[in-house]
Amino acid sequence: MEAYLDNSATTRCLESVKEIVVKTMMEDYGNPSSKHMKGVEAERYLKDAREIIAKSLKVNEKEIYFTSGGTESNNWALIGGAYAKRRAGKHLITTAVEHAAVLMPMQFLQEQGYEITFLPVDEKGHISLEDLERAIREDTILVSMMMVNNEIGAIEPVAEAGALIKKKNPDILFHVDAIQAYGKLPIYPKKMNIDLLSVSGHKIHGPKGSGFLYVSDRAHIKPLIYGGGQQKGMRSGTDNVPGAAGLGEAAKQTFAHFEESHAHFLELKQRMIDGLEQIGSELEVLRAGKKEYPAVIVNSQRGEAGAPHIVSASFPGVRSEVLLHALEEKGIYVSSGSACSSNKKLPVSTVLKEIHLEQPLLESTLRFSFSRFTTEEEVEYALSALRELLPVLRKYARH
Amino acid sequence: MYMYPAKQRNTEKYREIQEEGKGLHMFKTFLIKYGEIAIKGKNRHLFEDALVRQIRHALKKCDGTFTVYKEQGRIFVDCEGEYDYEETVGHLQHVFGIVGICPVMQAEDKGIEALGDDVLTFLKNVYDLEHQTFKVHTRRANKRYPIESMEVNAILGERILKEFPGLKVDVHHPEIMVYVELRESGKIFIYSKIIPGPGGMPVGTNGKAMLLLSGGIDSPVAGYMICKRGVKLDATYFHAPPYTSERAKQKVVDLARKLTPYAGPINLHVVNFTDIQLYIYEKCPHDELTIIMRRYMMRIAEHFAKETGSLALVTGESIGQVASQTMQSLAATNAVCEMPVFRPLIGFDKQEIIDISEKIDTYETSILPYEDCCTIFVAKHPVTKPNIHIIEASERKLDEKIDELVKTAIETTETIWVE
Repeated sequence: MEAYLDNSATTRCLESVKEIVVKTMMEDYGNPSSKHMKGVEAERYLKDAREIIAKSLKVNEKEIYFTSGGTESNNWALIGGAYAKRRAGKHLITTAVEHAAVLMPMQFLQEQGYEITFLPVDEKGHISLEDLERAIREDTILVSMMMVNNEIGAIEPVAEAGALIKKKNPDILFHVDAIQAYGKLPIYPKKMNIDLLSVSGHKIHGPKGSGFLYVSDRAHIKPLIYGGGQQKGMRSGTDNVPGAAGLGEAAKQTFAHFEESHAHFLELKQRMIDGLEQIGSELEVLRAGKKEYPAVIVNSQRGEAGAPHIVSASFPGVRSEVLLHALEEKGIYVSSGSACSSNKKLPVSTVLKEIHLEQPLLESTLRFSFSRFTTEEEVEYALSALRELLPVLRKYARH
Repeated sequence: MYMYPAKQRNTEKYREIQEEGKGLHMFKTFLIKYGEIAIKGKNRHLFEDALVRQIRHALKKCDGTFTVYKEQGRIFVDCEGEYDYEETVGHLQHVFGIVGICPVMQAEDKGIEALGDDVLTFLKNVYDLEHQTFKVHTRRANKRYPIESMEVNAILGERILKEFPGLKVDVHHPEIMVYVELRESGKIFIYSKIIPGPGGMPVGTNGKAMLLLSGGIDSPVAGYMICKRGVKLDATYFHAPPYTSERAKQKVVDLARKLTPYAGPINLHVVNFTDIQLYIYEKCPHDELTIIMRRYMMRIAEHFAKETGSLALVTGESIGQVASQTMQSLAATNAVCEMPVFRPLIGFDKQEIIDISEKIDTYETSILPYEDCCTIFVAKHPVTKPNIHIIEASERKLDEKIDELVKTAIETTETIWVE
């Protein structure tokens, strides 16, 4: 049996996505910029995709720009936003637990003379609105925040933050990295005061290399890519019709099944967390020096308090990489919460450190993430594999 | 380390003229100089044949058609049609046994006047001549050539001085050496630059050895050093899934591949070592784990060495680098082998090893951060002065299952042909 529980890394393409991608590559392969029929035909796919996406967010389709994926969307929002606003100030705010696709452009901006404030998070991975309020200054031009944390599934208070920011200064751009949230949680940029929103296609069964940035019509940012003037000059480069069409189809299917899959996700998560805690209670605690650690520690919030599709757990005494490969041998695919090797101390996950996990837990964290096609059997299979593997691997624990 | 020939003073780069028949494009032949193997007496032809074979092998991966042949104690590479100068020289620089690579301009013998013209053409094409010092060195293999070599030197030297008044002759330390070879065939070779080769001896002239290849920095360098002495290589890698990943294994395959330009194809044995490691962990004192584990690695590597005709084992150990490489530890691991174990890095510092790994382009791959099986079960304080009797006593605790586990590991070993 195989259980792919790494859907936050990427998902399998839908059959209908594959069909539309192939169709736009083989039959309707025109360039939307061409004046002839072939171009017009191709343009229709872009228009359709834009419409579907706009509807899913309740925004205007003019506010959707296709990109090469989440990383480009984040880069564009931050760098394009900061450059457009540089006369108003040079201060940006983000959180300490962002994905590298936000942290690295922020670092770049820092080198360009911008000042960045990183908001800390509590043990659940949430920022505090008081911290945010205190951090906003006269020269603050942009706030960037993820909606769902990619490693533990913590949900940030985006709507409240949006309201707070706009109350303090309506000119501040509010960017939300929704790469893990789109299709999993309801997102309404207008209601939540979001100006810029990044989404990636391959996390929702769309093609890799597809994504979009929502740019509110009242927000102005600079383009990052210049050229032939496609997408109103905001994002040049021959339109990726297969990518956009595939993304549109994936979004269409995702939102057509939103309610039922949301319930399904919650059930899977419930079962996973129950099972993990059950396994933990069957095993002895781990003693490391004077400290004691339960055999299994779940880092994600239960129910609606956390993202429905992500379960992060630590297995003290078992290195995540080892457990990952042991599961892999059984056809179970997951992510390790941190990449850390025994001798060389590599940068470990920021969010795990930020939520104050201690070293033995940092190095032993796995992430299980579901798609709407994940079955209960897969979850059960993973649990039974863990029940079998953990006692063996714990025997060879290094501590 | 390989030293450049003392005479080699003109290390400045040739001009790169992108014109048909000019600059580097005028070279259609490389004269291959080999040092050490020329002194091997009656075995000389064996070594030369091996070198020709290795050169042919190296040039297979190079664009172009090449003819490699021996003639009067020299090896030549003729390039037919289009070829890439830099790429070809690069490949030749990986062939052990080559001391120098001379890009040669060929001319016909049409008298000393014409020879003078050819030499001037050659110099104009490859150098920006201003105020350098130079010397002409003629080798008269064609004994019927009417003028003696000293006189040829003088005539050519005069022509050069007349054409380029800024130049000066310096017979001791010239900046530019002009070599003229009057071949028996009537052909004349003109060259000036000797590009250093890697030295050493042609691979395959000194038997085969089994390299214990890990994912680290040292073992690929050790393999390179042994190859340099003309030894062909096979390799053994110990894989410990799930403790080591598929990527760690791929890394070792990549490292082996990085060695192939020097070593030729390598047979890589990938041994699944997990069960043995866990069994040792279960039965033996933890501070002895590394030593006992390494003793089993040596035993298994030696098994494959014997089976495939290797005459020695090769490791990347260097005295005192880690706990398992103290004199006592080396003695303890050495004790299980019947074959000689060669440790070419034994007296090298880490930085010296890193310098070579950068030169042979294995460094970047070696430092990729994947767990290897030696780092998984390291004790906090491993023994640094193991007593062989104590180690042997600990190993007796493994008697019940170890033979079976070793047998299974050997039977399930995967062999990968890397080229």
